[in-house]
Amino acid sequence: MNFFNISGYPDAKGHFGAFGGRYVAETLMPALLELEQAYRTIVPTPEFQKELNYLMHHYVGRPTPLFYAKRLSEHLGGAAIYLKREDLAHTGAHKINNTLGQTLLAQRMGKRKVIAETGAGQHGVATATTAALFGMECKVFMGTEDIQRQAPNVQRMKLLGAEVVPVSSGTGTLKDAMNEALRYWVGAVQDTFYVIGSVAGPHPYPVMVRDFQKIIGEEARAQIFAMCQRLPTTLIACVGGGSNSMGLFYPFLNDPVEILGVEAAGKGVKTGKHAATLTAGSVGVLHGSKSYLLQDANGQIIEAHSISAGLDYPGVGPEHSMLKEAKRVRYESIEDGQALEAFQTLCALEGIIPALESSHALAQAMIEARKRPKSDILMVCLSGRGDKDLGIVASALKKGESA
Amino acid sequence: MNRIQKTFDSLKEKNEKALVGFVTAGDPNISESLKIIKAMCKAGLDILELGIPFSDPTADGPVIQRSSGRAIANGMTLKIALDMTRQIRQETDIPMILFSYYNPIHAYGNKAFYEDAVSSGADGVLIVDLPPEESDEMTSTWSGKELSLIRLIAPTTPVARMKSIADSASGFLYLVSKTGVTGSDGLNTGDVGTHIRTLRSVARLPICVGFGISTAEDVASVASVADGIVIGSAYERLIEENLNHADLPGLLAERTSIYKAATRITR
Ligand SMILES: Cc1ncc(COP(=O)(O)O)c(C=O)c1O
Repeated sequence: MNFFNISGYPDAKGHFGAFGGRYVAETLMPALLELEQAYRTIVPTPEFQKELNYLMHHYVGRPTPLFYAKRLSEHLGGAAIYLKREDLAHTGAHKINNTLGQTLLAQRMGKRKVIAETGAGQHGVATATTAALFGMECKVFMGTEDIQRQAPNVQRMKLLGAEVVPVSSGTGTLKDAMNEALRYWVGAVQDTFYVIGSVAGPHPYPVMVRDFQKIIGEEARAQIFAMCQRLPTTLIACVGGGSNSMGLFYPFLNDPVEILGVEAAGKGVKTGKHAATLTAGSVGVLHGSKSYLLQDANGQIIEAHSISAGLDYPGVGPEHSMLKEAKRVRYESIEDGQALEAFQTLCALEGIIPALESSHALAQAMIEARKRPKSDILMVCLSGRGDKDLGIVASALKKGESA
Repeated sequence: MNRIQKTFDSLKEKNEKALVGFVTAGDPNISESLKIIKAMCKAGLDILELGIPFSDPTADGPVIQRSSGRAIANGMTLKIALDMTRQIRQETDIPMILFSYYNPIHAYGNKAFYEDAVSSGADGVLIVDLPPEESDEMTSTWSGKELSLIRLIAPTTPVARMKSIADSASGFLYLVSKTGVTGSDGLNTGDVGTHIRTLRSVARLPICVGFGISTAEDVASVASVADGIVIGSAYERLIEENLNHADLPGLLAERTSIYKAATRITR
């Protein structure tokens, strides 16, 4: 295991080693500099922290539990699996930790309008929710394919008062939604705050989102000590843009703990129809930062594929790219079918319906648990609940039966 | 003296402003695109901005998004765009600026890009998503100074930042007419004039204005305050609306001479 000194990252320009930075059109640069300034001066103040903590507790419902999945662990016959229950946070995923922080910051900066991109719709719902909480105007950009496959979340956003803007360019998924949100922001930057939903995008988003999400790992670290009086052996989380995973991993980076990030292998990494950016991608620049991405030899972005809308993205946050190169985190990938199986297993054995995104982390945990002694502790980030996925799971299982 | 500077000097003597034309390389296809560009040059274009298409153009509106899509679907790459540059250079002396996003250039290799761009006869490069904060990683690999680095200034750019950008730029400065993506409407020449005056107070380079300029009247009014006028989406829209036209190069040439006429200042 490689230990990693986390101090000093990112540098003043937002670089995580060779990754990160601010690769955006000039129109947005002043806004990013203003945001960075606000993030550095407003977020650390006692007033901001006090309000954030209050809302994290009374509104989001934190701390979320750490749950020993006894039946699942016994079924697998190996290591003990502990689930960090982000599915129990308000709105049903970890995304609200970040949107609450960013929306509160937007409010303190005097902005009245927020925009967001969304894939699974969880980030869109979380942004619409905190926008409603603060009485702000909210627009959410969402690919037309995702609008189809995550219909319940579209309805939730509308009920919460947000405008859902359909994006049909490209494959109509998360990447295209982010393109369109960036374009809209270029035109509205003077009065609009862009709430990016993962540890991706230009500086300061990757560091800011990680800082709002690191509460996952901070809580989990204290909880495992309270329950088991020791550190976990291994952390496991799914990686789309990389926010729930960075949130869990970050407080453990200097600990003697093995860390596993799980990407979506879609129909299989060898088929080319996947979203395994760190596993099979190469370094380039997309959506404002330098990181691993899926691209062809000419630097054109290749479309990602995953059954899970929240992982269906050809990029990944720059801090993950750094942790990969430093060999501090190992990245694996899980195919659609394996995720579906893990989804069903958790439903049946623990009475918990996980998000398809989180099911990727679970599937990896099931593989690891079988190989390991009972004394090992695997801590899995259950990033969200799966109600939004019932339609897609039902149709995937039906297809599987008829095939 | 380089071609860019020479162009602005000689236009000044003639009391004209520069007509800068943007087209996407390879739209609607490679051979037609070459014919279009050559026809535009003959019709009086002063500076060519050759767009190298990127799959995810986040600073572009729908018209240039679609033109990039057509070009990529037709197999356009940076390598082919450099070959086109070489062919165009054989027929014209006007400055050629390669216009793109950073990823295609990064994938090609920064050092190789410089060498091949210079040898193909390009005069400058404008990379939309590479602000001064990030461009050292590219320019530090360049073996010389034969490519001008054209920089963008936006209406949101504060004056101190304008100065530092201008100090690191060469060739000319590209002032974005409004906060928005390419092709957005609502050109306000009054605002443009204000931004130009501010920019001139801290910068010596010629200033070209682009984004949302589409009619000869727009050109004439911007020409009264700027050193050059960039037309992009309007050309691409003309291509898109006439994909089956028998003489697309002729249409683009005709439009070019109309714009060019509007850059001649009557005193
Ligand atoms: C429940 C859930 N988990 C994970 C993700 C992936 O995002 P990230 O990698 O930023 O955590 C999403 C994204 O929509 C999600 O909704």
